Amino acid sequence: MTTTPEPDDFLEIGGTRLQSRLFVGTGKFGDDALIPAVCEASGAQVITMALRRVDLDAGPANLMGHIPAHMVRLPNTSGARTADEAVRIARLARAMGCGHWIKIEVVADSRHLLPDGYATARATETLAREGFVVLPYMNPDLYVARSLADAGAAAVMPLGAPIGTNRGLRTREMIAVLIEDLALPVIVDAGIGRPSQACEAMEMGAAACLVNTAIATAADPVGMARAFGRAVAAGREAFLSGPGAVRARASASSPLTGFLGQDGGRAPQEVAP
Amino acid sequence: MSFAPACAALHDGETARAIETADEAAVLRALDAPAPGPHDLAALLSPAAAAHLEALARRAHETTVRHFGRTIQLFTPLYLSNHCTNGCVYCGFNSANRIPRAQLTPPQALEEGRAIAATGLRQLLLLTGEAPARAGTDYIAACARLLRPLFPSLAVEVHALSEDDYRVLVRAGVDGMTMFQETYDRTLYATLHPRGPKRDYAWRLDAPQRACRAGMRTVNIGALLGLAPWRLEVFATAMHARYLQRHHPGVDLAISLPRMRPHAGAWQPAHPLTDSDLVQAMTALRLFLPQAGITISTRESPTLRDNLVPLGVTRMSAGVSTAVGGHTGGEAGTGQFEISDPRGVQDMCAALRRRGYQPVFKDWEPLADAAPGAA
Amino acid sequence: MTLTVNGSTRPLPRPANVAALLRDCGLDPAVVVVERNGTIVPGADYAATPLEPGDTLEILSFVGGG
Repeated sequence: MTTTPEPDDFLEIGGTRLQSRLFVGTGKFGDDALIPAVCEASGAQVITMALRRVDLDAGPANLMGHIPAHMVRLPNTSGARTADEAVRIARLARAMGCGHWIKIEVVADSRHLLPDGYATARATETLAREGFVVLPYMNPDLYVARSLADAGAAAVMPLGAPIGTNRGLRTREMIAVLIEDLALPVIVDAGIGRPSQACEAMEMGAAACLVNTAIATAADPVGMARAFGRAVAAGREAFLSGPGAVRARASASSPLTGFLGQDGGRAPQEVAP
Repeated sequence: MSFAPACAALHDGETARAIETADEAAVLRALDAPAPGPHDLAALLSPAAAAHLEALARRAHETTVRHFGRTIQLFTPLYLSNHCTNGCVYCGFNSANRIPRAQLTPPQALEEGRAIAATGLRQLLLLTGEAPARAGTDYIAACARLLRPLFPSLAVEVHALSEDDYRVLVRAGVDGMTMFQETYDRTLYATLHPRGPKRDYAWRLDAPQRACRAGMRTVNIGALLGLAPWRLEVFATAMHARYLQRHHPGVDLAISLPRMRPHAGAWQPAHPLTDSDLVQAMTALRLFLPQAGITISTRESPTLRDNLVPLGVTRMSAGVSTAVGGHTGGEAGTGQFEISDPRGVQDMCAALRRRGYQPVFKDWEPLADAAPGAA
Repeated sequence: MTLTVNGSTRPLPRPANVAALLRDCGLDPAVVVVERNGTIVPGADYAATPLEPGDTLEILSFVGGG
């Protein structure tokens, strides 16, 4: 009898252990029927969706019918412009009976689509108290991140670049600060346009990446989903393996430690007069 | 919350083994890590890293210049009292040592302060032994209030206090706290501190955090190097600093690297550090904690201190007397330890300038004092 | 009677409840969530939640999103 070894690297959020560190979104697909294949090709275990008024003339979309049963549902609060609206959407999403994870998105500026950190922190506090697993979308700001952690967030989701821009890790330095400082998982959300960028985020020590637009709008969404799954896994493995040492270190003409001499200062210590 | 559980875990043998067995590849990785973590620190403190001391020094130098520029803060200690109820086996103020005991009255402390201020120094470190009945919080606060107008930055290096007592000192104008754990090894600590209130390892270990909570602006920690094998001591110091930075990000963390020197007692360090060891300790700390202050005292010789300046130091003492009343000559007692660098402030400044460094006497002005009606 | 459903007025014969409204709209109760006068109606209560003239209802469902 053979036993499969327990993979020892996993991401734990809200008591759920995830083997895949890629989260995928369901927006902007030309055909929602692609979603099952995208999930399978990417290996993702978490999938996002939004909540909207049903168009009574057209009837409800059959989105949920396309989502494989094993996926963790992560509804977002897109459309919320205030903390109260985000809380309301979160409660409605939970009433759908798809779990208690919620990605908080509070965007009051529809031109730049940047999240409001203060409102996000307030909504996080309320929803964490109500038992939600809260993953707030945020600007990578250290103080906001700490407020979110204090408010009970299960992870933080800093943006790599303004949403939907596919511009990559424009906020690289700030995300590095969050990774270095926070005890919470840092999940890079928004802006990742290419698998190499997701890979880079993972190499930096990000806990996961959320990718939607870059997969949904690719010429071949399923192929791109597979590529992202591999890039995220490769970046994670690189992070765990440690970057290789760069040996091209110029050695200076006047050494800083020349004063130590051959014996490394092992001569008898002088005693003050 | 306390550093104690993490600190205890550091002494389970695993960390010491990781430091001892780190290989060259680990050292090279650590030297290139953009933000070295604990594993990197272990490698940088390892015997294997000794072969890469120049590379360590170079990176420590670059890091220090990037964060602090070519500046060195100057301060001097003022010993208020050498009365002590502790029996620290390595200390010149050990209560069993038959030395003249003295304590400045607050007005005498002010006289000493005036003599120090006349040299240009504006950062003062107030020291006492541990004798709360004679030199307790109220006494230290009284001295601080008198000295405050002369010194925009006033720190204390006294026995471990309660958070409330630290608050009293903050209100009296004290903005910095220095506390050496001496050794992070709990078992060794017990043998080195056989009697007196300082026996309480845990109370001392949490003192810097109490000072952070009380609103101290600068907290300076350290281990007395030479008491225990230095690599693990420096590792523990660094993790303690990292813990405090994480939980109190508003506090400026600094680390001292006091190396045991000969002193009036007969005790000698069991694990002496070579100059190379000291350089490795300092440069590894700098890479792990790029923003931390690093203090080098006059325990070290002028030549060594001058050579250490580019490697990570941010604060040095000058014009030092470790004797009570040593600045006015009125009531000199025996010093706590022998000074190896007897240079006065002007000599120290000249030496720094020759190396291309700017001596800094004062880098902040507390606004509370300037507010109308401030106490 | 007349209700406000997703921002538009809509007639519905009395007596009515949430389940009847969803049937009238041709919606599968399993894929929507309903808010009546600002309060979420749990899915199990659709048939037991009567509707009154002038009620405001929001019917929502999941759509694609990132």
